[in-house]
Amino acid sequence: MAAPCVSGGRVLSCRFLLWGSVGRRQGLLKAAAADLQTGSRSQILRLIHTTVVTTKKNVPASRREMYTEDFIKKQIEEFNIGKRHLANMMGEDPETFTQEDIDRAIAYLFPSGLFEKQARPIMKHPEQIFPKQRAIQWGEDGRPFHFLFYTGKQSYYSLMHEVYGKVLQAEKHQDQLRARGLLPENTEIKDLIGSRWLIKEELEDMLVEKLSDHDYMHFIQLLEKLLTLQYGPTEEEFIQKFRRSVTVQSKKQQIEPVQYDEKGMAFSASEGRRKTAKAEAIVYEHGGGEIKVNGVDYLLYFPVLQDREQLMFPFHFLDRLGKHDVTCTVSGGGRSAQAGAVRLAVAKALCSFVSEEEVEWMRQAGLLTADPRVRERKKPGQEGARRKFTWKKR
Amino acid sequence: MLKGVRRLISRVPKLDPGCFLHVATQAPQSTAAHLDSPVPVESPRAVSRTSEGDPARHGEQHESLHYSIPLEDVKTLFPHGLPPRFAKQVKTFGEACLMVRKPALELLHYLKNTNFAHPAVRYLLYGEKGTGKTLSLCHIIHFCAKHDWLILHIPDAHLWVKNCRDLLQSTYNKERLDQPLEASNWLKIFKTTNERFLSQIKVQEKYVWNKRESTEKGSPLGAVVEQGITRVRNATDAVGVVLKELKMQSSLGKFHLLVAVDGVNALWGRTTLRREDKSPVAPEELALIHNLRKMMRNDWHGGAIVLTLSQTGSLFKSRKAYLPHELLGKEGFDALDPFLPILVSNYNPVEFESCIQYYLENNWLQHEKAPTEEGKEELQFLSNSNPEQLERLCAFL
Repeated sequence: MAAPCVSGGRVLSCRFLLWGSVGRRQGLLKAAAADLQTGSRSQILRLIHTTVVTTKKNVPASRREMYTEDFIKKQIEEFNIGKRHLANMMGEDPETFTQEDIDRAIAYLFPSGLFEKQARPIMKHPEQIFPKQRAIQWGEDGRPFHFLFYTGKQSYYSLMHEVYGKVLQAEKHQDQLRARGLLPENTEIKDLIGSRWLIKEELEDMLVEKLSDHDYMHFIQLLEKLLTLQYGPTEEEFIQKFRRSVTVQSKKQQIEPVQYDEKGMAFSASEGRRKTAKAEAIVYEHGGGEIKVNGVDYLLYFPVLQDREQLMFPFHFLDRLGKHDVTCTVSGGGRSAQAGAVRLAVAKALCSFVSEEEVEWMRQAGLLTADPRVRERKKPGQEGARRKFTWKKR
Repeated sequence: MLKGVRRLISRVPKLDPGCFLHVATQAPQSTAAHLDSPVPVESPRAVSRTSEGDPARHGEQHESLHYSIPLEDVKTLFPHGLPPRFAKQVKTFGEACLMVRKPALELLHYLKNTNFAHPAVRYLLYGEKGTGKTLSLCHIIHFCAKHDWLILHIPDAHLWVKNCRDLLQSTYNKERLDQPLEASNWLKIFKTTNERFLSQIKVQEKYVWNKRESTEKGSPLGAVVEQGITRVRNATDAVGVVLKELKMQSSLGKFHLLVAVDGVNALWGRTTLRREDKSPVAPEELALIHNLRKMMRNDWHGGAIVLTLSQTGSLFKSRKAYLPHELLGKEGFDALDPFLPILVSNYNPVEFESCIQYYLENNWLQHEKAPTEEGKEELQFLSNSNPEQLERLCAFL
């Protein structure tokens, strides 16, 4: 019974608006006429076109749809079947078809020119697509399963309870040892180096629950306290569940191999880019500090002091000012972009003549990172990328 | 000892301006007799300096050392001859110090051994921008002045082909154009540089300027110069007369003539001047340029011609051009052919070190890192040992 009333209410409100406004389009009047003819019989109104604003307040955002377990299971079956079909289509073995193969196949079959990677067609396991949800937490009689259900964040509090229990146990154990006098020396766990605690988002994913910053901080503090005490291998396993490894970044830096030209001189070549400028530099290991850019001496090519200072930076940083010869070609961009591109190319080429520690220092100094700043696009309705048109009050 | 001698030289002109140069040439001889080696090594202060004030005595052992020109000489010889930045440096430091470099030494050697019976040899100083061509020319001029040559120095030929306000139709030749202001300026410079020659040289012909004024045959050259300075309308013609007379008379052997032109590529380039009807003016149509070109021809003897190419003031030439055939063009190259080219290049390490020492001695470099080795390496990299760039860098350190 509720539905007809709602539509009737909508009709009435439209009518009031139409009578109230002046100079609306004829289409609206037609709609009004149509609906007058239908009379008070509640019917779904077909508006031809309307610019009427509903007087109702904004409809609240719909709650997340709850996916049932059967639904998820069905999706998983469909995904597996679809995977086999895809493998057959691509002519590969369905048994050994991995997720990377699926991604490649989809990119091949549905090429997309969209810039946003997340907007392109994807085919992934339903667990990655559908957000994790919790099953119904109470039984038929309405009684919740978990004893901490009424705290609101049952998984979080149960975890805290568990960890605190372990802390108490470890303290008791330590007191016993101290009483007996068998307290061994504290040894730092080497596993801690190269790993980090879970971040808040990862913890939320694990517990399938929203947390606050305060909760997260509390949890990490408790774990740190556990670390200071003596504990056995089971506790260590438990702690490792909450640690993630941190890869050392500098190992990703590629060092170009040193090449030798016809005369037997050692040199190293590499490229660099900045904005639209591209540069390729060849740095010779032994030289007198001559630098040639596009066949011209660098003093003539870069008359501005600032550009020459940019060129000087890699050499000055490594204290090798007059010891290398450089020949490079550069094109595109403006004078500052070309200088930056040459600097990057020279720094990358110098990596091959220099120890690993110095490479790490260069990386930390920012000499080996390509500057990602590119000219921002101009948007319509604005004069430039950020500048808006002059605002006139009237 | 040395300071005493210097004071003696500076005091002499007050006593007897007539034989100033005569006495000055004697004084260094006495110092040479006292000193065994011209290069003072004992004081660490003078690593970049030499006390040898006479360019005639500069040899290879003086290479990369600075020698100072007395300020009175600077005022007489170079009223407008020094590059503006160098003139400012002279004013700041209170002394004019030039570095003795290889191209200048080479040229001095040639000049010392010139055979005045042969036609005048043309020497062309060329090189990249800011390597020291103009200052080498100044070195040569100082040498010639010390040796009593008559110096015909055009500080910058480019000033005659651009930014000229008034162009008058020449009184002598209807097709050519006069530049009264530039001509009268130059006559003033000529007068300051060669005071004593003006009364000695006599004019060989009679020149009629206009209905009322004329210069008789046998009157001193100074009269022609005065005429040009006072009557600005006839200044260009006065310049032409002076050039002609000097050319004729140096062949007679009474004096040695040095023709020194800076920026000689202006004579054969293009001009930015236009006539009233907006038609462009070619360099040949300017009387000054025409007369100067006649001077460049080596059909006279009794002197030498030293020229400098300059891209800095040149018109319509790319910044990277420095070779003679690029800057002179085909016409200029043919007109000057044959000539002796002398390349002026950037500082070599010894010269660079000497220059930095000179600045440090004058307390010009205030940065705490400037005297250190790393600081010097940085400066060398940033300036690529180019004298001009180094000077500009050190200006704000």
